[in-house]
Amino acid sequence: MNAQDSHDLVLRVIAQIAPDVDVGSLDEDRDMRRELDLDSLDFQTLVERIAEETGVQIPETDYPQVRSLRGMAEYVAAAGTPSA
Amino acid sequence: MTAPTSVRPTTYREAIREAMREAMRRDDRVFLMGEDVGRYGGGFGVSLGLLEEFGEDRVRDTPLSESGFVGAGIGAALGGMRPIVEIMTVNFSLLALDQILNTAATLLHMSGGQFNVPLVIRMTTGGGRQLAAQHSHSLEGYYAHIPGLRVLAPATIEDAYGMLEPALADPDPVVIFEHGSLYNEKGTLPDPPTAVPLEGAAVRRAGTDVTLVTSGGCLGRCLDAADDLAGSGISAEVIDLRSLRPIDDDTVGASVSRTHRAIVVDEGWRSVGMSAEVAARIAERCFYDLDAPVGRVAAVEVPIPYPRHLEAAALPSAERIAAAARKAVLGDG
Amino acid sequence: MGEFRMPSLGADMTEGTLLEWLVRPGDVVHRGDVVAVVDTSKSAIDVEVFQDGRVERLLVEPGTTVPVGQPLALLSDEGAAGSTAPPAPVPVAASAPVPEPHEAHIAASPFARRRAVELGVDLSSVSGHGGVISVADVERAAAGREESATVAPVSSPAPVSSPAPEASSHARAMREAIAALMARSKKEIPHYYLTLDIDLHTSLGWLTSRNAGLPVDARVVPAALLLKAVAVAAAEFPEMNGHVVDGAYRPADRVNLGVAVALRGGGLMAPALVDADRLDLDALMTAMKDLVARARGGRLRSSEMSDGTLTVTNLGEQGAQSVHGVIYPPQVALVGFGRIAERPVALEGLLGVHPVTTATLAADHRVSDGHRGGLFLARIAELLDEPENLVGGRP
Repeated sequence: MNAQDSHDLVLRVIAQIAPDVDVGSLDEDRDMRRELDLDSLDFQTLVERIAEETGVQIPETDYPQVRSLRGMAEYVAAAGTPSA
Repeated sequence: MTAPTSVRPTTYREAIREAMREAMRRDDRVFLMGEDVGRYGGGFGVSLGLLEEFGEDRVRDTPLSESGFVGAGIGAALGGMRPIVEIMTVNFSLLALDQILNTAATLLHMSGGQFNVPLVIRMTTGGGRQLAAQHSHSLEGYYAHIPGLRVLAPATIEDAYGMLEPALADPDPVVIFEHGSLYNEKGTLPDPPTAVPLEGAAVRRAGTDVTLVTSGGCLGRCLDAADDLAGSGISAEVIDLRSLRPIDDDTVGASVSRTHRAIVVDEGWRSVGMSAEVAARIAERCFYDLDAPVGRVAAVEVPIPYPRHLEAAALPSAERIAAAARKAVLGDG
Repeated sequence: MGEFRMPSLGADMTEGTLLEWLVRPGDVVHRGDVVAVVDTSKSAIDVEVFQDGRVERLLVEPGTTVPVGQPLALLSDEGAAGSTAPPAPVPVAASAPVPEPHEAHIAASPFARRRAVELGVDLSSVSGHGGVISVADVERAAAGREESATVAPVSSPAPVSSPAPEASSHARAMREAIAALMARSKKEIPHYYLTLDIDLHTSLGWLTSRNAGLPVDARVVPAALLLKAVAVAAAEFPEMNGHVVDGAYRPADRVNLGVAVALRGGGLMAPALVDADRLDLDALMTAMKDLVARARGGRLRSSEMSDGTLTVTNLGEQGAQSVHGVIYPPQVALVGFGRIAERPVALEGLLGVHPVTTATLAADHRVSDGHRGGLFLARIAELLDEPENLVGGRP
């Protein structure tokens, strides 16, 4: 999975969790919990959906790396690439 | 045209006495009769002093027989007199109901218009004075039910004074209800007095949110309730019916069509009484203007109790009236 | 013969709109079956039937708004045993035609009906107060329609798509319902408030190591642990868990934990986790996820909307430090958790940094006193200190 694919995937999952958000106008470096008003359960759901779609199981200890949209997309792209 | 009128202080009781005094001075045919109206001055002191001024022929104490002396009054009226018959309370008037309904109210009809009965009957009504269940009821509705009668309920000193003269001038029987709690009401009368009409309700307070329709002794409580409601931003219009038969549908209807809500307040029992009649008329006339069900505040359906707290609980109060108005305006929420 | 009525799905509900029938005349239903979908001012709810029987007649058509308590359908007692015979035809006298049911079932004042015609307002789209539409409701609906028609979304920089007219009237209705209920709560309930900082070092450490070995979808969030602790404590404190009905307190015999769920775009619901104290932690986590998802997007069941016995509001990771909540009538207590944050704590004479949440209790002083309230909060803290004991369920 390349960076663009993972970026699109993350946006798609966000649109399911927060359907009222215009994903085109997001600040990709900001903590999604603030940017999208996600609570811990929403964030958990986001991580679960990513796992369902990509098989990437993000351990809780790595959550700080995936708090932003960019961080999440890069993490998924890297984890989904076998050699990474 | 006329000089500005001055006012003189008086009471509801004195205003009626003054009206009777002037009527008897003006017209030799007018006389007063009833239990204790002469030497004792009347059960409620209304005729105090009249015996001394007019003598026993014109201020006549009668035996304790309502049927008898009301019948005598009817006979005197048929014979060309203009009698004022005082009945001590509306409870006792039931003994004379046969005379009033079957004779006074009916004779014009049964004689093919030949014999009218120009009789005025005054009686005390209402509770609030700890006189218990045989002296405290409000049976105006019994009389307002009867075609052939005119039924008046003066709620103000001006009406108490002003209604007597046109009532005596009416060629047919007139029943006047005086609420016992009003006799000591203090106020003023214009001097010289201004004439009042017999028919027509009066808007005693203008308002926009809800109409309180009442008469007689409940007027003051409705005005108190309206003051209370004004404090919470509800503007209540208060209508004094004045005449219970005929009822002035136009004034009531015009008001309710503006306010869209009505509360009928009556000291009689709720079932099959004055309040039921007025509420039905509002529903008939104003149905498409109503924004809430017509509310009623009436006496609790028990014989009026003697103990002060129970009597107060049984009668319409300003609090109950205000609560009913709030419910109509604000809904049940 | 029984009646299936518009249920009260929470103390703030005065009326509901029937969206859909899930049964037809002749169907046999059992207690607990979902038979209809009802739209409250908050959301669409799957409504369960409370008795066994057979559906005789549907009285209300979909799209109709009726007050709470109005019969929606007639149920016969027979047929519960499984009879599939079609219902006997209802004899109709020629002189007495059955009126169109939906005509009669919108309660509106005569003046409101007249104004609705004048203003072109469809009464079925208007919600009344006290279950009856008055002229003020009609005029508000007309004004709202103009508002949503004239306000263009150009001035709004927020990343929110412009709401449909129904959505905005829905939001307005929800806001009114919340306003009425919260105002009633503050007017009727003498609240008292207690606060306790709870050190979550032990419990979150335990949770992290437990989650570390689990796939993503089996992980438990801290909120679930907090809810479980409150539920278990509530079962031990009957004066925190129950309802005031007609002025008298009735402790509940089970713990249906209301969970305050903030809705995206504003508004709030508090559906209940039924028997939360008896669920094991994983089941509670699953139930919570399901409940929140259905509250936000899907459908809740009527029992979840009406049966809460105690509510928890959890401000999560992003919220404020503490919440002094408003009790959800007719309940008598509300437990709040502020954001979990690293804070300095004293540890055996030294200073350490631990995750801490500020727990608050808003409770009804008619039912309990501060002393018992304090013990209740302390019990929650104690339970959270031994998280392994919160894993299991109870029979």
